[in-house]
Amino acid sequence: MNLIKLAWKNIIHNPLSLLLNLVLLTLGIGLINFILSVNHQLKDKFDKNLAEIDLVIGAKGSPLQLILSSMYHIDAPTGNISIAEAKPFLRESHPLIKASVPLSMGDSYKAHRIIGSDHSIVQLYNAEISRGKLWNNVYEVTAGAEVARKLNLTLGTEFTSSHGFNDDEDLEHEHGVFEVVGILKPTGSVIDQLLLCSTESVWDVHDHHDSDDHSNDSNPEVDDHDHDHGEHHDHDDHKHDHDHGEHHDHDDHKHDHDHNHSVQQDHRNDISRAHLLEHEDKDITSILIQYKNRTNFQALSMPRNINENTDLQAASPAYEINRLYDMMGTGTKALQLIAYLIAIVSAISIFVSLLNSLKQRKYELSLMRVLGGKPTSLFGLILLEGLILAILGFVCGMLASHLAFSGLAQSLGDKYNYNFQAWLFHGKESLLVLGTVSLGIIAAIIPALMAYRTNIHRNLSEA
Amino acid sequence: MLKTSEISHSYKGSQSFNFPDIYCPARETLLILGQSGVGKTTLLHILGGILPPKKGSVSINDTSIYDLPGNKRDKFRGKQIGIVFQKPYFVQSLNATENLMLAQKMAGLTPDKSWIKELLDNLRLSHRAASMTFTMSQGEQQRLSIARAVINKPSLILADEPSSALDDINCKQLIELLDKQALELNASLVIVTHDNRLKQYHSNQIELNAYEPD
Repeated sequence: MNLIKLAWKNIIHNPLSLLLNLVLLTLGIGLINFILSVNHQLKDKFDKNLAEIDLVIGAKGSPLQLILSSMYHIDAPTGNISIAEAKPFLRESHPLIKASVPLSMGDSYKAHRIIGSDHSIVQLYNAEISRGKLWNNVYEVTAGAEVARKLNLTLGTEFTSSHGFNDDEDLEHEHGVFEVVGILKPTGSVIDQLLLCSTESVWDVHDHHDSDDHSNDSNPEVDDHDHDHGEHHDHDDHKHDHDHGEHHDHDDHKHDHDHNHSVQQDHRNDISRAHLLEHEDKDITSILIQYKNRTNFQALSMPRNINENTDLQAASPAYEINRLYDMMGTGTKALQLIAYLIAIVSAISIFVSLLNSLKQRKYELSLMRVLGGKPTSLFGLILLEGLILAILGFVCGMLASHLAFSGLAQSLGDKYNYNFQAWLFHGKESLLVLGTVSLGIIAAIIPALMAYRTNIHRNLSEA
Repeated sequence: MLKTSEISHSYKGSQSFNFPDIYCPARETLLILGQSGVGKTTLLHILGGILPPKKGSVSINDTSIYDLPGNKRDKFRGKQIGIVFQKPYFVQSLNATENLMLAQKMAGLTPDKSWIKELLDNLRLSHRAASMTFTMSQGEQQRLSIARAVINKPSLILADEPSSALDDINCKQLIELLDKQALELNASLVIVTHDNRLKQYHSNQIELNAYEPD
């Protein structure tokens, strides 16, 4: 019958007050931890996805929206920009820019975004191929690890895209069957959630309004390597001519035109930057940019120059994300305040119930002294009762918050395009343990002192 | 063996008590009789090591208990003195056996389950070993508090008005039980009471009188 066991027996001897204390503690600690966990992972996600991107260039509109849509893929894009406008920033020879990544979006498959880009996006997020290969030809797709897992994509999986970012069958394109040719290793960044293909694929799928088009089926009978857009079919294989109506035949006319192999294998495989830049009248959605040197004066003034002198918009992720934190901060702070209030109330509740039990148990405590118990034993007993309550509350709070988190992880994850890990522990949880333990001690210290000072003679004479 | 010399006590703003010297060797029983207000409980607490007297000394087996420092006196009390209170107090959250174990633990001893079982058998409480104390009858509670008083094999057993709530038959049984336990343990037994029925069982008696002049 050691003190811990006795303290435990005393606690469960009074189930109602145990229940009250536990409910309060669970609410308070659970809420605090829930906020901490979600915040921690959101922040982690935002930070990871910064990917050393210094600037995002896109259409005019809200800079935050531009950042959210282009870097986190959680908002609609601000619009499109033409290659002609974007050209200067996409050149590999730009003196200030180390890397630029063009993004074309507008389509999705089962609410996962299809992003048209070149292989620079893979380097930007330090992604590596896990199976298969990176996309090259039109309608080839390399899937991020998470989207592949969620949608059960494997090499060879074919799908058609939907217009927009929602899972809406009515908006499904009837043409353009994408084929998964590769799957990336998990990176923890947003690229895990994306379906990557060439910019041409995105153009292609949107330029087709003609149902008799043959962009997706590589028909061996038709000696036509131009799966191009609109009514124009370029049968003139040997003229390298980009002027066929509004369409561009951007394949290599020197190759032989055997389409019997996989999708347009022998043409449309030019995904070089130079090739992209030839399509001046085409649109992309935005450009992610890394500077060569972030402290370069010219680099620092680049966003302002873009915003003032062009029809483009440049937004700085670091600045916009901090603004976002500030905005989210107000709501979080209010919620946090409530959580701390509940925690304080639960401390008061522990204090009151210990004090009450002390009054009920004054004979017991005197008796323990008569039986040889030291005053410090009584002090320890009451303190232990407070501590055990606090630790129980901590465990319940943790369980509750992580259960709630795992319940919400799915919908939160879909909303924020991020894979939340409900059972991931963060450093602040150890702080929370300390906080809870101190809460238990603070609530119990006065009753414990009173127990310490138990006057045996007076208590036992009253009977 | 219990021995006191010239103990007196006074409360603030209240009367003072001078108690006669008490001597009770092992295996003997002493009755301390007196009406209410003569300081019976005060004397019992002084003898039990609970209340330091203003003057005088209390020796148990030649140890002057109020000369011991606080912690040592607590341990000494736990081991050497067993008290049967007028009202049976128990730790409510523990069952009968656990209450006895607690008494051993508090005295710094290791709980001895076979001894506890033996005691419960002796006191006809074996069927109550796992009962919560508040579900037990008054007689059972009283026997359990005797069990607790003797569990650590003390040299002094103190009983405070043990018979006040009992009828004649139970009163006799209780006294016999206390005597038997004290004899078995070679302990001195001191019963503080105003119950004159007890006079017939023990000739060794001290009468406390009210308001003895200082």
